[in-house]
Amino acid sequence: MTTILFIEQMLNGLGYGFMLFLLAAGLTLVFGIMDVMNLAHGSLFMAGAYVAAHVHGRTGSFVIGVLSALAVVLVLALVLEVFLVRRLYGREHLAQVLATFGVILVADDAVKLIWGAAPIMASAPALLSGPIELLPGLMYPSYRLLILAAGVLVAVGLYLLVNHTRVGMLVRAGASNRRMAEFMGVRVGQVFSMVFLLGATLAALAGALMGPLTAVQVGMGEEILIPSLVVLVIGGIGSVRGAFVAAMVVGMVDTIGRAFLPLLLRSFLSPTLVSDLAPAMAGLATYALMACVLAFKPAGLFPARG
Amino acid sequence: MKFERWFPWVFCALLALFPLLASSLGLDFYVGFVRRAMIFALAAASLNFILGFGGMAALGHAGFLGVGAYALVALSDAGIESAWILWPAAMVVAGLVAALIGLIALRTRGVYLIMSTLAFAQMLYYVALSLRIYGGDDGYNLMARPSFGLGLDSADEATFYWVVLGLLALVMVGLNRATHSRFGHALMGLRDNETRMRAMGYPVFKLMLVAFSLSGALAGLAGALLVSHNAFVSPSAMHWTQSATLIVMVVIGGVGLRWGGPVGAVVWIGLEELVKQFTEYWHLPLGLLLIVIVFVAPRGLASVAEHWRLPRRPRPAEPAGAVLTPGEGS
Repeated sequence: MTTILFIEQMLNGLGYGFMLFLLAAGLTLVFGIMDVMNLAHGSLFMAGAYVAAHVHGRTGSFVIGVLSALAVVLVLALVLEVFLVRRLYGREHLAQVLATFGVILVADDAVKLIWGAAPIMASAPALLSGPIELLPGLMYPSYRLLILAAGVLVAVGLYLLVNHTRVGMLVRAGASNRRMAEFMGVRVGQVFSMVFLLGATLAALAGALMGPLTAVQVGMGEEILIPSLVVLVIGGIGSVRGAFVAAMVVGMVDTIGRAFLPLLLRSFLSPTLVSDLAPAMAGLATYALMACVLAFKPAGLFPARG
Repeated sequence: MKFERWFPWVFCALLALFPLLASSLGLDFYVGFVRRAMIFALAAASLNFILGFGGMAALGHAGFLGVGAYALVALSDAGIESAWILWPAAMVVAGLVAALIGLIALRTRGVYLIMSTLAFAQMLYYVALSLRIYGGDDGYNLMARPSFGLGLDSADEATFYWVVLGLLALVMVGLNRATHSRFGHALMGLRDNETRMRAMGYPVFKLMLVAFSLSGALAGLAGALLVSHNAFVSPSAMHWTQSATLIVMVVIGGVGLRWGGPVGAVVWIGLEELVKQFTEYWHLPLGLLLIVIVFVAPRGLASVAEHWRLPRRPRPAEPAGAVLTPGEGS
């Protein structure tokens, strides 16, 4: 019984980790290459979730919902890149925080104007609504398996793109030493624009896939942004590999903290105290992890800049 | 006398007169509003001290505000009523928490400093969420405003207004003194060139830690005043977007300018109040405004005022290296 619960929670942790990876992969490259602090990344995630839920509700097709979310967010990101983010290169981080925080404010209100302040319903596709028996006695929601599969697919795709293509080589060159890459004739600006759009699309994918599992509501972007920034910092800014490892670790730590910390604490503390403490400690866990990593490896686990 | 020496005092006097005029003009509501703006001015000034003068980009200041607020709540819950104990205690607790956080966070620089202060503020947020005896997620209602003693009626809105104004003036004078002291100059020196200050033998880490703790303590005072003002506090006051809003205030006011914090806080809260009169969607216009400010007045509104007052000087020629500034895109 407990092993089954354990496996189930581990799978949940992996799923959360993959979603964090989708967000952090884009962030880490945007950050790593151009040193642009983009707080609006979470807003793209939110936009993806809303568009997917809306279109899915209207057309009844989950696939069309996800695809249209990707398309819409791609266009939004293009507008954002051309009119704002491109102009923030080389500005100090505070200006970037300010401008992209402005984008968050605009995005939240725009969503409120279109869909209202109340959370909207996002449902899993009918085909994947039931659980699947993975092992004898282990029933697992099939939709969560889809998320795992999508995560693995994107991770492999990104690995191939970054490590085995010419474009990926330019991305890595830009991340490890932008100035030198520019001197060598890499059009870092173009590479960056592309990476920004790719990152935005991945954020939209994460939003569209996460929608049915969590509430699709205003502010969801701000909530997911912080854990993905934690992933970014733990992994080392600019490193996709670091983002992957850190996302898995953070996903696990968070899920295990939420699922097993209460059980663990209950063995030597009073139940009321546990119900007070456990949620906070689970919430704290990822940040404590990040503080530890920063204290010992101030540039993250896999720093891209040598 | 120079403008910037007499104007703050005149403005302070005008602010002090406001509650007297407000009651005759029927603007009583705005006494509370201006008081709230002054409390945020204090918070923004404390952030500007480390952000602007110390060069420490901290994205977790709302955490210290919250620590101050919850320290007050805890003591008040235990039966202490005097503001003379509650407010200093909130400052001490917030200062100590800031010092502890600074011990780790200040070892990092740049983006990593932004991130680590953010992480610690998130931890404080989760701690506040778990404080079920003080309401947890729902927040805590303060039964009575702390008593001021000295024959002052703490329930009187105008009296509390004057107390806040007095504290703000005190803090501004204090911060101004601090920035003009040896300590302040050392702080600005390490903002501009840390390596050089280190080489000259300044205890860089200690300086930063002292400034960070001081700023945290002042934020704690602002938090204690805020909970006295609202008679309510909840963990949402410590949400990271609140820290970002404080940064927004400082940056639109003017990072590293003496009046940057207060100007920014007053402008931001004033605009918020103004836009709320017309539409419930006040985030949208303010968000757009932020983006515009980043490009039009990158050094903040206080710098625009300075620009008008100073005689125009010819611009220095662009340094030769400017051609190679990173990120020119193609």
